[in-house]
Amino acid sequence: MRAATLLLFPLAVLPSMAIAQDHQHGAQAPKESEATAPSHTPTEPSAGDGSGMDHDTMDHGTMDHSAMNHGTMGHGTPDRGMMEHGPMGHSGMEHSAMPDDTPIPQGPPPPDAFEGPAFAADAFVGAEKMAASRASVVREVSGLPVFWFQADRAEYRAREGKDGYLWDVQGYYGGDLDKFWFKSEGEGSFGEKPEAAEVQGLWSHAIGPWWDLQVGARQDLAGPERTYAVVGVQGLAPYLFEVDTAAFLSTKGDLTARIEAELDQRITQRLILQPRVELNLSAQDIPELGIGAGLDTAEVGLRLRYEFAREFAPYLGIEQEWKLGGSADYARLLGEGTSATNFVIGVRFWF
Amino acid sequence: MSTTPLSDRFAIDRRKFLTRSSLAASLLGLGHALPAWARGSHGGTMARKGSDVLSGEHLTMTVADSSFATASRHGPAVTVNGTLPGPLLRLREGQNLVVDLENNSSMGTSIHWHGLLVPFLMDGVPGVTMAAVEPGERFRYEFPIRQAGTYWWHAHTLQEPMGHYGPIIIDPANGDPHQVDRDYVVMLSDWSPMDPHVLMKKLKVGEAPFNFQKTTATDDYPLSGAERRMWARMRMMPTDISDVSAPLYSYLLNGHGPEDGLEFAFNPGERVRLRFINGAAMTFFNVRIPGLPMKVIAADGQDVRPIEVDEFQIGNAETYDVIVEPTGADAFAIVAEAMDRSGMGVGMLASRPGARADVPLLRDPPLLTMADMGMNHGSTADSMDHGGMDHGAMEGMDTGSSGAASGTMDRSMDMDSMSMRDTSLLPPSVKVGPGVDMVSMNPVDRMGDPGIGLADVGHRVLNYRQLVSANMNPDMRRPTRLKEIHLTGNMERYMWSFDGQKFSAVTDDPIRFAFNERVRVKLVNDTMMAHPIHLHGHFFELVNGAPHGHQPLKHTVIVQPGGSAQFDLTANEPGDWAFHCHLIYHMHNGMFQVVTVRPLQGGEG
Repeated sequence: MRAATLLLFPLAVLPSMAIAQDHQHGAQAPKESEATAPSHTPTEPSAGDGSGMDHDTMDHGTMDHSAMNHGTMGHGTPDRGMMEHGPMGHSGMEHSAMPDDTPIPQGPPPPDAFEGPAFAADAFVGAEKMAASRASVVREVSGLPVFWFQADRAEYRAREGKDGYLWDVQGYYGGDLDKFWFKSEGEGSFGEKPEAAEVQGLWSHAIGPWWDLQVGARQDLAGPERTYAVVGVQGLAPYLFEVDTAAFLSTKGDLTARIEAELDQRITQRLILQPRVELNLSAQDIPELGIGAGLDTAEVGLRLRYEFAREFAPYLGIEQEWKLGGSADYARLLGEGTSATNFVIGVRFWF
Repeated sequence: MSTTPLSDRFAIDRRKFLTRSSLAASLLGLGHALPAWARGSHGGTMARKGSDVLSGEHLTMTVADSSFATASRHGPAVTVNGTLPGPLLRLREGQNLVVDLENNSSMGTSIHWHGLLVPFLMDGVPGVTMAAVEPGERFRYEFPIRQAGTYWWHAHTLQEPMGHYGPIIIDPANGDPHQVDRDYVVMLSDWSPMDPHVLMKKLKVGEAPFNFQKTTATDDYPLSGAERRMWARMRMMPTDISDVSAPLYSYLLNGHGPEDGLEFAFNPGERVRLRFINGAAMTFFNVRIPGLPMKVIAADGQDVRPIEVDEFQIGNAETYDVIVEPTGADAFAIVAEAMDRSGMGVGMLASRPGARADVPLLRDPPLLTMADMGMNHGSTADSMDHGGMDHGAMEGMDTGSSGAASGTMDRSMDMDSMSMRDTSLLPPSVKVGPGVDMVSMNPVDRMGDPGIGLADVGHRVLNYRQLVSANMNPDMRRPTRLKEIHLTGNMERYMWSFDGQKFSAVTDDPIRFAFNERVRVKLVNDTMMAHPIHLHGHFFELVNGAPHGHQPLKHTVIVQPGGSAQFDLTANEPGDWAFHCHLIYHMHNGMFQVVTVRPLQGGEG
């Protein structure tokens, strides 16, 4: 191992510079010019010696450099550099550590630095032309607005009774901090009216590195007509949980809330297991929607997707739903089940 | 203008290029039978791979839409004078240069002369020093060449990642101190058929969409369950090394993918100078030539005292010149492995046409460490044995550590009790908001760090502490002022900024320096990614402990994650200068500022 060999050489034998040269030349066919290079090295400063290192240690580092300097010199080039930095570097070696000890003060720029035009090129290129150019560069390098659409879940659901479907999509348009965010989800059984369908339009504002505050409106499109005001927080929680929480206040005064969390657990670079939990809560009974006060519904799902591309990943999974508390009572009154198991197949994609 | 034919030293290149262009022609013929979308073309012509050479005092550079193909990938590209990379400008120190830029492409364009000391109006940054050159327009650059060395040029628009870049070699006026038998440019880049705007959007809305090396339930990463939970709790990934990687990128050497079999000829025993330029949009490379030590002789175009290494990491926009003396084998592989080790660019040093050396396998992907989170408790990553006796020792000294190499144990203990975002640690100059997801707790100087993943590779790896300017620096004054700038970001939202503010927030509030002011700039990285920070129009001196007057001059400095880096700057080039992260999608998401040097009448370079 070269490193070990290099370490041992100078420790073992005395004139380490000579050894260094020997070693250097031993490694390759020696060149005449190098072999006859004059030995100046003792006056050569070591590389990076400014911190006043122990010279025994530094010798190893120096060794290579000095050997190479010889190689360079050996070619007989009149080298201004070499002439200068021998002596200069040498003195630097002794003094450089001292001035560096006193800290350099931080401070504002001198008054001179504020003189003259705000933009140096304006006078030469034309202020108007530069202003337009600057505006376009500012836009370009400070983040162009981005459009994103994601279908997190778009799936076929096989279950007891009639099979069903579900969509859960979202996206945004905007810059780093402020975005227009939209969401839509809904589900139903084939051959029947959709059980639920909603769209949300939200203003989303970054309130921290990982969290957005979202405020807007939700419109239900299936079942009894409802419009809601929405306040929510969406983002990435510690341990990489994607979390989406929102409170909904309907035009009828009903207050409900929803918490969703999911986690991407990578099995391989492309095979990903995604556990998912969703809870719906209500502050009051809402008989016409079949919702009881307290915990209304809970869903727990597990989806295994394969990312053929990051943007396109089909999945298989299972999801269990429960109606709970008062909601379960409403369901039983209507002769509906209070829980369901869905075997799902779908696709997650974004663009 | 004169277009010199490829010289002897590019002979191999030329042979390749001839076969390539006939291939390109046949592809083109075939292509016409297909609709435009199927050809993946928006310009119709195929880019030729590699560079022609331009030299003289008056050059014309024509930007055009094009297509590019490598291995099975093909798609839209942008070329200058028909090639990818664009032409090599071979210039001489002391000459004057006039370049007529013609834009035949469908997008706004510009050329920035990366690392060249130019009057600010010639610097080629739309919105700062000029307006973009619109399709059909021309722009004339005119300036004297005041320096020598290896540099490059590139668009300062989103044409850059599509192929609008090329190398510059400037020969010294008074003869080169390094006598070599052959002199090659090795321009590293990354290319994707995906449109840069689309790519940027996916970074923004996806969850590290191009990383296929994430931690999973079935991976082999040496992470305990507790560590995995810790990373998840922080909402971060230990594998967040590169935002865009091999699933999307082809890694190119002089425009050639690994399968193209690019050869650099040598005769055994010759001294060969290789000028590495990282022209990639988003990729740091680890460069090795297995079996062949490399003598680093210049960094960012400026001569340094020779240092022999076996590997170096090169950040975006950096350049390193090395000398190798290949002997003892027919061929040596030049390996440019992406920092996240998802892929590599490969070329061959070949002593005869067709000679091949074994190409090493990709190494295991690296993981971020405690130090990368700004919790440097003994430089877990740094103190190990990269054959670098000096950096190990110095790093230990620097952090006052007990040299604890046992990352695993104290990593999990420490992270439990620590806040990753204690904003009280930030100075008032940093605006705290959703764009800041992390604050480095103890951002130590990481100049001695060889770069992510290279702490324990078992051979000599370059680090910034080893760079020593070969010549005496002109300005020996001690800086009178310290300016601290924080590099900030939010991985989840893909926001990037300086001091918590993206460019739009500070358009009227640039970073100000007085003409000839000597300032020490301290860059503190409050993110978990390494950022190559570039200041236009100047060289700055890395504060790396080099002997007095010999701090290395650079135009771009990598600031390691969770760490800091300092440079001394003499602000002696009046005007407005771009200052930005050279990862293009970091720059294009806000990590961009303007540095003004006033008053203007200090003389215009």
